Amino acid sequence: MSTSLTPPRSIVIVGASLAGLRTAEALRTAGFAGSLTIVGDEPYLPYDRPPLSKDVLTAQDPAQFTALPLPDGLDARWQLGRPAVRLDPRARTVTLADGTRLPYDAVVIATGSTARTWPARRPPLPRGVFTLRGWQDAVALRAELAPGRKLAVIGAGFLGGEVAAAARARGLDVTLIESAAQPLERAVGTVAGGFVATMHREAGIDLRTHTTVSGFLATDDGRITGVRLSDHSELPVDAAVLALGAVPATGWLADSGLALEGGVHCDAYLRALLPDGTAVPGVVAAGDVTRVPHPLAGGAPVTLGHWTNAVEQAASAAHTLLHPDEPEPFSGIPSFWSDLHGARIRSVGLPGLADEARIAEHELVGERRLEVSYHKEGHLIGALTIGRTRRLAAYQRELQALGGAASPLAS
Amino acid sequence: MQITVDMNLCESHGQCVFAAPEVFSFDDEDYLVYDAAPSDALLDKAEKAAAVCPARAITVTPAPSTTDDTTAAR
Ligand SMILES: Cc1cc2nc3c(=O)[nH]c(=O)nc-3n(C[C@H](O)[C@H](O)[C@H](O)COP(=O)(O)OP(=O)(O)OC[C@H]3O[C@@H](n4cnc5c(N)ncnc54)[C@H](O)[C@@H]3O)c2cc1C
Ligand code: SF4
Repeated sequence: MSTSLTPPRSIVIVGASLAGLRTAEALRTAGFAGSLTIVGDEPYLPYDRPPLSKDVLTAQDPAQFTALPLPDGLDARWQLGRPAVRLDPRARTVTLADGTRLPYDAVVIATGSTARTWPARRPPLPRGVFTLRGWQDAVALRAELAPGRKLAVIGAGFLGGEVAAAARARGLDVTLIESAAQPLERAVGTVAGGFVATMHREAGIDLRTHTTVSGFLATDDGRITGVRLSDHSELPVDAAVLALGAVPATGWLADSGLALEGGVHCDAYLRALLPDGTAVPGVVAAGDVTRVPHPLAGGAPVTLGHWTNAVEQAASAAHTLLHPDEPEPFSGIPSFWSDLHGARIRSVGLPGLADEARIAEHELVGERRLEVSYHKEGHLIGALTIGRTRRLAAYQRELQALGGAASPLAS
Repeated sequence: MQITVDMNLCESHGQCVFAAPEVFSFDDEDYLVYDAAPSDALLDKAEKAAAVCPARAITVTPAPSTTDDTTAAR
């Protein structure tokens, strides 16, 4: 059997989406000539998710927006529509739902995350309540978006905000329900959150903050007719979207022995860890499923549901697999985008960890412009702009310099 | 090397500006501007920029190898 320091000859990637595809691509680009198998539970080749809450909901022809081109020379064996149900890191096998066992020298965990749903102990959800993570979810939701219908969007984070904006643009009556004082408050603070709240309201969305949903109303045959709110009022709706955040898709790893609290725990080289903190030979992870120490967080682990993070971690994970004796720590500066009511929201760093927000520009009338920098204990930790992408690069460079100066995170 | 950006695809994400600020930047209106023929010494950075562009708008064409002279380009 190969030791952990020999580059692998056969690699299985679990998760056939952005992180999985980009890891495969990076492996081949770096000259990996062994066998490559990519397992995915969805019946599709990799596609791009960000458009699912944007153009896919609003445009005439939704399919064109999600293309994620396959590079030439990938030479991968695709196992699509076949969920992985088990990882055995000792025997080095991945088991699929139909019992097929795939042996590997190295495995890449790239199963992303799933939409958080309603607590299971509550009554079952009526028909007409949606979550949004994959293509099929988007197609089902899109079919509900007819002008004049009433939609409740529960959760005003980035995803909920985009869905609300898309539905509003399609001419629906939209109520956006948020438990906090402002949308996005925990992610980007009250100033940016308040700015976004104004954008929603000006677009004609009924934004209810400090409000939660306590239950659903339905017809006898189980179709939603309304939502019950924490102020005891009832809101009649034709459909509802749960936008409650994402949960790392680690269920299939339950008996693998890996540390899974809040995501697949990894070291700075994207090697999966046991609960005692030692790296598991031959197992790396990339993308939304990971929990990785980050220099900007002072070496504390973070889970990021960002497109760019998946792409950058994929490159690092591939490097770790092919150069086990000289891995490089992952230190990509997080960056995120969201498109809302025609405005471009862009952020870098980890604004959610800040204890102070400094406003450099705040212009709500006419051209909407916002520039906020985020600080922790006096140090820059992130920045956000709306309609001012140009200003972001300087913050990104400063963060990179800070991150690069941080001490090594893992050995 | 030659760089082209399909401005119909570009959504001003700015990832390319982070990856290769020597080549890409924004004008006052947040439209992307770029150096279409940067020095070959920037090839790695330009390819990184193309890889991180969520819109896949960037095409990098390395200079033909006969004229490839990276020391001169530095
Ligand atoms: C609607 C929506 C809008 C978004 N908008 C933005 C945005 O504007 N900006 C931004 O930066 N990011 C955005 N994101 C986040 C971005 O899409 C993710 O960060 C990215 O998709 C992560 O890629 P991934 O490969 O790690 O995970 P995923 O894309 O989630 O892929 C994981 C894949 O693994 C599969 N899988 C799961 N379990 C198993 C199993 N047991 N066996 C086999 N396969 C399995 C899943 O079905 C899926 O196909 C958005 C996401 C969504 C859902
Ligand atoms: S990364 Fe792509 S989409 Fe973003 S600004 Fe650069 S070229 Fe445009």
